[in-house]
Amino acid sequence: MFDICELCEPETLAEAKAIYAANPELKVIAGGTDVLIRMQHGSLAGAGLLSLRNIPHLDEIEMLADGTISVGAMAPFTRIFEHELIRKHVPVLGEASVSMGGPQVRNIATIGGNLCNGAVSADSASTLFALDALLKLETAEGERIIPMRDFYAGPGKVNLLPGELLVAILIPREGYEGMGGHYIKFAPRKAMDIATLGVAAVCKIRENRFVELRIGLGVAAPVPVRCFEAEDYAKGREVTWECVQEIARLALKPAKARSSWRASKDYREHLIEVLTQRAVAEAVKRGGGCCAD
Amino acid sequence: MLTKNAAGVKARKRLCMTVNGRAVEIEIDIRESLLDVLRDRLQFTGVKQGCSVGECGACTVLLDGTPVNSCIYLATWAHGKAVVTIEGLAQDGKLTPVQEAFVDEGAIQCGFCTPGVVLSTTAMVDSGKCFTHDEVRRELSGHLCRCTGYQKIVDAAERALREADIAADEHPV
Repeated sequence: MFDICELCEPETLAEAKAIYAANPELKVIAGGTDVLIRMQHGSLAGAGLLSLRNIPHLDEIEMLADGTISVGAMAPFTRIFEHELIRKHVPVLGEASVSMGGPQVRNIATIGGNLCNGAVSADSASTLFALDALLKLETAEGERIIPMRDFYAGPGKVNLLPGELLVAILIPREGYEGMGGHYIKFAPRKAMDIATLGVAAVCKIRENRFVELRIGLGVAAPVPVRCFEAEDYAKGREVTWECVQEIARLALKPAKARSSWRASKDYREHLIEVLTQRAVAEAVKRGGGCCAD
Repeated sequence: MLTKNAAGVKARKRLCMTVNGRAVEIEIDIRESLLDVLRDRLQFTGVKQGCSVGECGACTVLLDGTPVNSCIYLATWAHGKAVVTIEGLAQDGKLTPVQEAFVDEGAIQCGFCTPGVVLSTTAMVDSGKCFTHDEVRRELSGHLCRCTGYQKIVDAAERALREADIAADEHPV
């Protein structure tokens, strides 16, 4: 049995926001595949839970009138991976989604929960960084939309105000249209493992030159990071293997890799360089370019 | 809406679901996992308790046809849903084609993972989709076989999928 002192199961978002505003000490539970495991390990003892599972429509994936793809915070990873809109427009997010956990976990775990945990290893986070995604956050008072990169405050910490819920992830048209993308998760096992390093690259190629390149790294620093130096360097340059190698070297700039029991700092830095090369090369290929040396 | 436990205010809840096709109505404690309810209260002991943290897949059940780890799923969330455990597959002592495939391939050793892998394979077969070799492996990747007999498990799943496909061709709907 889980050490839960109370369980709130609102039926509407408005009700959830009202309960959370009045009881900001509640722990929000989405899919439960992290919260319940932490409880099983003895943390969060005696917590009161605010479950979002009974709220309809919070798991929907849709394209808005302006071409923005909206992914409901309660969308489970399997749904994201299998969804027609994601397959067609943002396959790189599907690739990241299917790399997370195992099938039974992906059937329940939600993208919103993955982000709100603040884990630097979240497979969806580095990809959403690269896609320039926005987050729609709501309280009982109102809503705000913030860029993904303003969301992470530190390891396991995110910028949610008391009583604030993540409602949807928004991927603007400019974030994905005409872009080739690739996500590489590096972990000792292919399933049921946490990334030692995650690299997401998306790029737009014209006449074999980088019109735009965006790179997101997971587990390279205390929070997911974008590689702006590498991205600026790439802009307008012809795609060559040397160029990709330089991009990968510059991708180390925002990294603050550290040693942990999973991997040493040196190993992680090696991975950042090598995996960025591979991710960018594949993204280029999918974007219609070629970087054969 | 508020289900309090602290002062014993209201920690119990009525749960209505179907288990293996039969309607079940039971009063549960909100702190119970679906695994607790299925195994300890309803005696479906084919639902195994392994790691308790969603890693081994021994507690896998089908929830509206989808495999989930019942150890990290609150029982209350199953309200109104259809649950299938390994006990729900064979009818009148007759194994399902998926179970037959596991027997025929010798894909069973100690039995720790068997209920789970059979249910995940059943979900694949019932989805009516085609799966590549890599996709079969991916769909079974949330199960730990402690005997390490993965090859035969994958063989059995592929056999079940192949035979379901042949059966579908013979009886077009």
